[in-house]
Amino acid sequence: MSINRRQFLKIAGISTIVGLGGTTAVDLLQRNWLEAAQYSPNPKALTAKRWAMVVDVSKLKTEDDYKKIMDACHREHNVPDLGNPKDEIKWIWKETYEHAFPGQEHEYLAEGIKHKPFLVLCNHCDNPSCVRVCPTKATFKRKDGIVMMDMHRCIGCRFCMAACPFGARSFNWKDPRPFIKEENKEFPARMRGVVEKCTFCYERLAKGLKPACVEASNGALVFGDLKDPESEARKILRLNYTIRRKSELGTQPSVYYIIGGNDHA
Amino acid sequence: MYNGIKIIIGLLIFAALVTFPFYSKMGKATAKPDPKVDTPEIQKLAEKKCVEPKEFMKTEHMKMLNDWRDTVVREGNLIYVSSDGKKYTISLQNTCMNCHSNKKKFCDECHNYSAVIPYCWDCHIEPKENKT
Repeated sequence: MSINRRQFLKIAGISTIVGLGGTTAVDLLQRNWLEAAQYSPNPKALTAKRWAMVVDVSKLKTEDDYKKIMDACHREHNVPDLGNPKDEIKWIWKETYEHAFPGQEHEYLAEGIKHKPFLVLCNHCDNPSCVRVCPTKATFKRKDGIVMMDMHRCIGCRFCMAACPFGARSFNWKDPRPFIKEENKEFPARMRGVVEKCTFCYERLAKGLKPACVEASNGALVFGDLKDPESEARKILRLNYTIRRKSELGTQPSVYYIIGGNDHA
Repeated sequence: MYNGIKIIIGLLIFAALVTFPFYSKMGKATAKPDPKVDTPEIQKLAEKKCVEPKEFMKTEHMKMLNDWRDTVVREGNLIYVSSDGKKYTISLQNTCMNCHSNKKKFCDECHNYSAVIPYCWDCHIEPKENKT
């Protein structure tokens, strides 16, 4: 039995229609109830077009001021204390001027600045190099400018750590769970083999709270929307001379620093 | 066959070992998983209902948890509107496990039975009462 071209085209056409229609029908029948489900952001959440932070270093005076801020963050996010600088996991930490702002230092720098610790954290850059290199899109930039980590996707390749010029990312060489002092039951921990960093407290913003470090800083850290001229952060940026870390690299960091002078300045 | 007797004995031993799990359990029923939903938190609820109907949760909870984690992490949606219009906060630790505080009897019971190893608890912190 042979078919001519006309018959072949007919059969091909009909089977295409049945095939396409059939999959649609199956899809419709298989549609589960989840399609009716809806997701929405929390109406109470703090929102912005571009989140940013201003660190007023002159307001951080005692060792305790720093400790309170760092502890608040690390407690909130189940950041382990491995007690070993090689394995260290840090979201917000202290750095010397020379290390925080390389290229800006000089031999005759004021003593008060030279030895003053600077609080550094992820800069949530506008052009995040970590996001460009992430092969799984585990790190990505949200619409409000936060450079987020999706731990579910991180494969631990550490490209982002190599790409980040600020050393803002830490790798979990060990299972961090046994090293968490007191677990915050409301926030997950991490597993061995993922990279983590500051997330500008996205989980607190979603609940309508400011980041934990800002809350604990007693006004030294200011959080706000860069695109809103009336925001607290913009007001401070208008009134003060501020610098950013390694801005010459073009990543456009969103963490600004007010250096201030010495106490007698 | 060269060394035939040795080969056949070897094969018999091999077959016996490979089939051991089957005939050792033959005719015996394994205890059926019996997940419990009678936590004190659930007892306190006025209306003992999960976010979606029980039958749906039984078959689709894994898909739902996947959707939840993507929408909350990647899109920043914190609120789930269920099919009956109620709103829930999307959170494994703070919403699901708040009621189902018995991870061993609720999650592990079936997952162990069906040899499913979800990696939720690699990072997420399980409710305290189950820490032994």
